[in-house]
Amino acid sequence: MVTTSKPAYKVIGTRPIRPDGIDKVTGRAVYGADVRQPGMLYGRIKRSPHAHAIIKSINTAKAEALPGVRAVVTSKDLGPDPAALPDASKNILAGDKALYRGHAIAAVAATSDLIARQAADLIEVEYEVLEPALDVREAMLPGAPILHPNMRTRTPAGPGQEPSNIVAHAAVVFGDVEKGFAECDVIVEGEFKTKMVHQGYIEPQSATAMWNPDGQLTIWTCTQGSFPARQSVSQILGHPVSKIKVIPTEIGGGFGGKISVYLEPVAALLSKKSGKPVKMTMDRVDVFEGTGPTPGTSIKAKLGATKDGKFRAFQADMAYENGAFAGSAANYATMCITAAYDIEHVKMDAYDVVVNKPRTQDYRAPSSPAAAFAMEQLVDEMAEKLGMDVEELRLANTCRPGTRGPMGMPHQAPGHEECVKQALASEHYRSPLEGPNKGRGTASGFWFNVGLRSSVSVTVMPDGTVSLIEGSTDIGGTRASLAMQLAETLGIAYEDVKPSVVDTDSVGYNDVTAGSRVTFGTGMAVHEAGKNLIKEMATRLAPTWQVQPDEVEFEGGTFKTKDGAKSMSFKEAAQATVGRGPGLTASGSVNAGFLQGGGFAHAIVDVEVDPETGKVTILRYTAIQDAGTAVHPSYVEGQMQGGAVQGIGWALNEEYYYDETGRMANASYLDYRIPTTLDVPMIDTIIVEVPNPLHPFGVRGVGEPGIVPPLAAIANAVAHATGVRQHQLPMNPARILETTKGK
Amino acid sequence: MAKRIVSATINGEPMEFAAEPYETLLEALRNDLGLTGSKEGCGNGNCGACNVMLNGALVNSCCVLALEANGANITTIEGVAQGDHLHPLQQAFLEEAALQCGICTPGFIVAAKALLDNEPDADEARIRHWLAGNLCRCTGYDKIIRAVQLAQKQPAGSR
Amino acid sequence: MQAFDYVAPSSVQEAVAVLAKHGPAARVLAGGTDIIIQAREGRRDVAVMVDVKGIAELTQITHNGDGSLRIGAATPCARIYSDPVIKQRFPAIVDSASLIGGIQIQSRASLGGNLCNSGPAGDSIPTMIALGAVCEITGPGGSRTVKVEDFCTAPGRNVLQNGEMLVSLLFPAPSGNSGAAFERFIPRNEMDIAVANAASNVTLSADGQTFQSARIAIGAVAPTPLYVEAAGAALAGQPVNDATIARACEAAQAAASPINDMRGTIEQRKHLVGVLVRRTINKAVQRARG
Repeated sequence: MVTTSKPAYKVIGTRPIRPDGIDKVTGRAVYGADVRQPGMLYGRIKRSPHAHAIIKSINTAKAEALPGVRAVVTSKDLGPDPAALPDASKNILAGDKALYRGHAIAAVAATSDLIARQAADLIEVEYEVLEPALDVREAMLPGAPILHPNMRTRTPAGPGQEPSNIVAHAAVVFGDVEKGFAECDVIVEGEFKTKMVHQGYIEPQSATAMWNPDGQLTIWTCTQGSFPARQSVSQILGHPVSKIKVIPTEIGGGFGGKISVYLEPVAALLSKKSGKPVKMTMDRVDVFEGTGPTPGTSIKAKLGATKDGKFRAFQADMAYENGAFAGSAANYATMCITAAYDIEHVKMDAYDVVVNKPRTQDYRAPSSPAAAFAMEQLVDEMAEKLGMDVEELRLANTCRPGTRGPMGMPHQAPGHEECVKQALASEHYRSPLEGPNKGRGTASGFWFNVGLRSSVSVTVMPDGTVSLIEGSTDIGGTRASLAMQLAETLGIAYEDVKPSVVDTDSVGYNDVTAGSRVTFGTGMAVHEAGKNLIKEMATRLAPTWQVQPDEVEFEGGTFKTKDGAKSMSFKEAAQATVGRGPGLTASGSVNAGFLQGGGFAHAIVDVEVDPETGKVTILRYTAIQDAGTAVHPSYVEGQMQGGAVQGIGWALNEEYYYDETGRMANASYLDYRIPTTLDVPMIDTIIVEVPNPLHPFGVRGVGEPGIVPPLAAIANAVAHATGVRQHQLPMNPARILETTKGK
Repeated sequence: MAKRIVSATINGEPMEFAAEPYETLLEALRNDLGLTGSKEGCGNGNCGACNVMLNGALVNSCCVLALEANGANITTIEGVAQGDHLHPLQQAFLEEAALQCGICTPGFIVAAKALLDNEPDADEARIRHWLAGNLCRCTGYDKIIRAVQLAQKQPAGSR
Repeated sequence: MQAFDYVAPSSVQEAVAVLAKHGPAARVLAGGTDIIIQAREGRRDVAVMVDVKGIAELTQITHNGDGSLRIGAATPCARIYSDPVIKQRFPAIVDSASLIGGIQIQSRASLGGNLCNSGPAGDSIPTMIALGAVCEITGPGGSRTVKVEDFCTAPGRNVLQNGEMLVSLLFPAPSGNSGAAFERFIPRNEMDIAVANAASNVTLSADGQTFQSARIAIGAVAPTPLYVEAAGAALAGQPVNDATIARACEAAQAAASPINDMRGTIEQRKHLVGVLVRRTINKAVQRARG
């Protein structure tokens, strides 16, 4: 670990065992599909086999007549006019059009899973099949099949006039790129394409809903955000938020893909109609075809520099698939693609485009990996043309405090320079790579991380330990990182904090677990709650010490009077004050804002390419990342390693392989190839700590930046191994063979 | 189609349950016996989240029919710990932070236990080969391999 | 999801009777790693699963006095590659058996199941063809044998008639100075269906410098795995060198008729046939020379 300056923390920086660990290693932890309710029915969705079709009629009579079927629903159950439903509702149950293969058309609840599936097959749907739009650039052209006749492109100059598949055009301009490029001695450019990929969480979505006769709706679901899920269900069903309780189960991976609701509103409708709890669990095909993969992209980019190695101008035209409904945010790419560098003249045009594929969703640093795939290869090519070491080129252009960052706002304490310096100094970078067909590649990456809203409460137990009640679903170990921050605030042992993740009735509002915000934002709420607790305890201690409450000081875990004559550890004070007055509790609620300082990552990767087969083997991978302050270094390392391996899969093998009708041919873990233990080496990690001035402990979100560099780092390594630059993902053996033919 | 009675020894206990002929062992464990520690990740033998030991062999329980388990000896994740005592693998997974979301962890622990029972001195390459049928999307496998290596260091009797 | 019934006969006769009674809607269940999934997903119509693992002949490994090897059709790969005699005398079978899926699959999957699934990319089939294995089949009308290279007729289809089942596979004794090897190409390092695969079985002269005869088989590049007689003929009587081997590879490539699909492209597969045939011939030569 490399730290620029850090107080001597007692708990932060240690590696305790996570509080939910025993349940998870013994199989006791309850995930979405493990929920059971007495009298529960099984729900199943009927999905469109067509990528683009008008729904002419839906006949559910045969399904309803099948013995064991208790309810059938369609979008009519959401509102009288399917055509008038908002997009979110139409994605849950199709309105007047089926817009992707896998689009939910109707749903059934029955006494067994088998009967529910048989009933779904008995629902008769009459389609008028239309030609699908399947390529992001082609869908932008006039004459392309139009998904939404009412869609008009949102542009800086106002809405477009004609029906279009372009949802929005975001334009970002700094300086004057024409002037900038004219000053350049070297210009590199290219067109880069990536395919749609899936977050690949191992747990398929599952939701169980129980609609009580009194209108109280309870939903158990493996979601990344129980409060946003409650909000979505309320909006989609037109049911008051106050009558909905979302109970988050443990979650088997999300990476952004479990932010939106899919099954929850449908299970709720089925429960309302049948009068019984209804459980719905996706199978793996449903997950691929019916949830939210991440956009395929087409990025044309151009970078110019003067011969002294200074970047002067950058231009990019970026098109991101949104799937069937507006779902991506191509403008996120404009916030990330140049974030590592100081470039005076920049012009970026980012397009969100609908195509007949599942509506896209966030996937770990959404938009940034594809943006880096373009940018970092241009940087690499620029270094070659300038005859400079690429890391030295990065240092010559790196952002510093004050450099223009995302949305034009200055970086406060960016860790990019430190990451690149660590790369240069690393044993990996300094070690020679010997032998034919081998290449080394590097890349930088950025994700802006978000803050948003969190709320927690803390309660002191009679024995002086503290219960931490929070509402941020724990995807990767945040119970531990939050307990550690509370322990640090209160000056107590980590083992004396008991964290719980609770439902939406039991804690204040918490935004989604995403954007790498929980250790940061909910951590701030925890710190706040801790401080409030200390104040309350000081108030209770004061009378016994015969001082005013504001004369009771707290430092390093100890309460004391100003003159030091009286003092008590937190635990002693807790035991003394817990009975003195009503229950000893406090809460902390924060709005940590939108941007929280961002995180930089960097990767060094060595590959070997088999010239006979085109297969790429990852020989060695070093992940470098600025964590601000690493609360639990093992979990920071884990995030870095997980992001790296997802990036390896994305770079080498993963893609939605579509046929010309818009059917994903490889909707299974057999042919949607994510890395196995045999496909990756150990992932070495170097944690950099440039504390984040926005957080009491300097924390930066770490979940996302690690997936940004690998696509480009591997492409750069392959280019050095083969002499051929790769402009398309995935770089699978067929593509490598094809592009290196004759070299 | 009528359900049929299956008798099997599961985690050392004789058990009886009724299953449909088309039901998998995974479904029977989860739905009929309440042993939800084994997970369904893919339903077709490609992810290992459903791993159990069947008559001493490591299998994907989603690819075994419940009726095939009649008379069998089965160990699931719920049978790996001995009462209060975690198996060294479980302890190692906790110490090495080898789990993030934890959904693949039961499958990995059952598979890794089968590895250590068969090849206690497996090197890194052999560990990776043995565990290639278990998919993890969170950890990138590094800490899982290290956890297995840590458990290898425990005396043979304890595992 | 499809519902189906289940029976577990205790003899070949009983099994044959059930199969004959139900026709194609009855399927033999060995390891189940293909058929259970296919049946539940409705990709094959199955009304009844006939579990043959309780029938002794189906799970026996027999090393005959004459050096030939009989493997019961439902014997799991894990038992096959653990057999010390198979490891020593039939290493190509171990090559295949240890590549099908991962450990969990190999605990259950069998050569017979892999062959009867009759996928063009089945990883055990080119090996069985190259080794000259023979299918021992029993049906209502009695028993018969079929060469493995004649067994598959189309993707997912084979020569088994109504009521027939594959009981065992008979591998002839390897000749002196012979060696065989199997290799496949996949994009990852395990768990994938082969983009292309190949097996070569060569018999050399006593001094190991000349090919006497050879059997070459390739898979995933045609509707069925292929026995490429011309490739073996290109080696027979020729010196063991790169030029000879290259001619065999060309013959194999000429016999391949691959398609474009989500696993590979036509060009890639044709190219890989050449690479894999060369690699397996070289490995087989190494094994033949000891």
